[in-house]
Amino acid sequence: MSTQEQKAPGDSVPEDDLAPGEEGQGGAVLRGVRGYLIGLVLATVLTAASFWAAGTGAIYGPGVPVALIALAVAQMGVHLVFFLHVTTGPDNTNNVLALAFGVLIVALVLVGSLWIMAHLDHNIMPMDEMMRMQR
Amino acid sequence: MSAAAARRADPHQLGHGEVPVSERGPAPKRIVVAYGFWIFLLSDFIMFASFFAGYAVLVSATADGPAPRDLFDLKLVAWETAALLLSSFACGMAGVAMAVRNVRWFQIGMAATALLGTAFLAMELYEFVHLIGEGAGPSRSAFLSAFFALVGCHGLHVLLGLLWLSTMMAQVWAKGFRDDIIRRTQCFMLFWHALDIIWVALFTVVYLLGAGAA
Repeated sequence: MSTQEQKAPGDSVPEDDLAPGEEGQGGAVLRGVRGYLIGLVLATVLTAASFWAAGTGAIYGPGVPVALIALAVAQMGVHLVFFLHVTTGPDNTNNVLALAFGVLIVALVLVGSLWIMAHLDHNIMPMDEMMRMQR
Repeated sequence: MSAAAARRADPHQLGHGEVPVSERGPAPKRIVVAYGFWIFLLSDFIMFASFFAGYAVLVSATADGPAPRDLFDLKLVAWETAALLLSSFACGMAGVAMAVRNVRWFQIGMAATALLGTAFLAMELYEFVHLIGEGAGPSRSAFLSAFFALVGCHGLHVLLGLLWLSTMMAQVWAKGFRDDIIRRTQCFMLFWHALDIIWVALFTVVYLLGAGAA
């Protein structure tokens, strides 16, 4: 083995996958703290932006919910990456695939419920009309 | 190709590597445990999704009672959000301390996490008591039933998280950083961060969208 191939200490390549919540190449306290600090700052900025967007009149009314949902999704992403350490790295494939499946089911439950209930609501007979028919 | 060169070319052995994936044996316990808990958390997200769907369907069913924009105090919600976010951060700091096996900073981080989590829960309890006192309890309308179910379910999770947190503090204090205790604590930390993610969805959908619907 030539000297070129020897790795510097602390430069080790993880042999296994990473568990959810586990940071790659742990050890360095500074790096860990820095990651959480970046996450905290980003989350704070996004939260402040959400509260601002809800209260301000600067955004076109019907656009406010869209802005709020976009900000919320962004913040969930920040939490996943910086707090839960779910990344797109090859050592995280299993965690991300499970997450993707979870997100699929969550989306089906939400969109499906809202869609079906909106249709039912639209097609159902109003209560007073129903009363009149029963007479 | 030497072993080291092979590893550099394909660090995670996504190709066949030296040992095929199928012949590498079971994954280490820390991965199996945390991955199983991750699956549980995802199922918890799905449960919360159905509560969210219920809330979104019923939000306009106020039965001539108070509507979202009449009820919510965004200032209190901002404080709750700050408490939970900082609590999640403190939990991360405890995790860093655990990674280097520093008992003192671990306990300080966990204590800060517990303190901020308790503050969050106290604020939520204050809000609930305040609402019920105003005659806007869960029995007032379908909207309020869905609201108390959704927010209360999250609050219940935080309460259980606090119990789990104090258990982990006690176990580390009494038995030190044993492997199994570290695995449990890591699962707790996943749980705590996941609660913060749900709170993000919650304050957006329930409080901000509710107040902005004016």
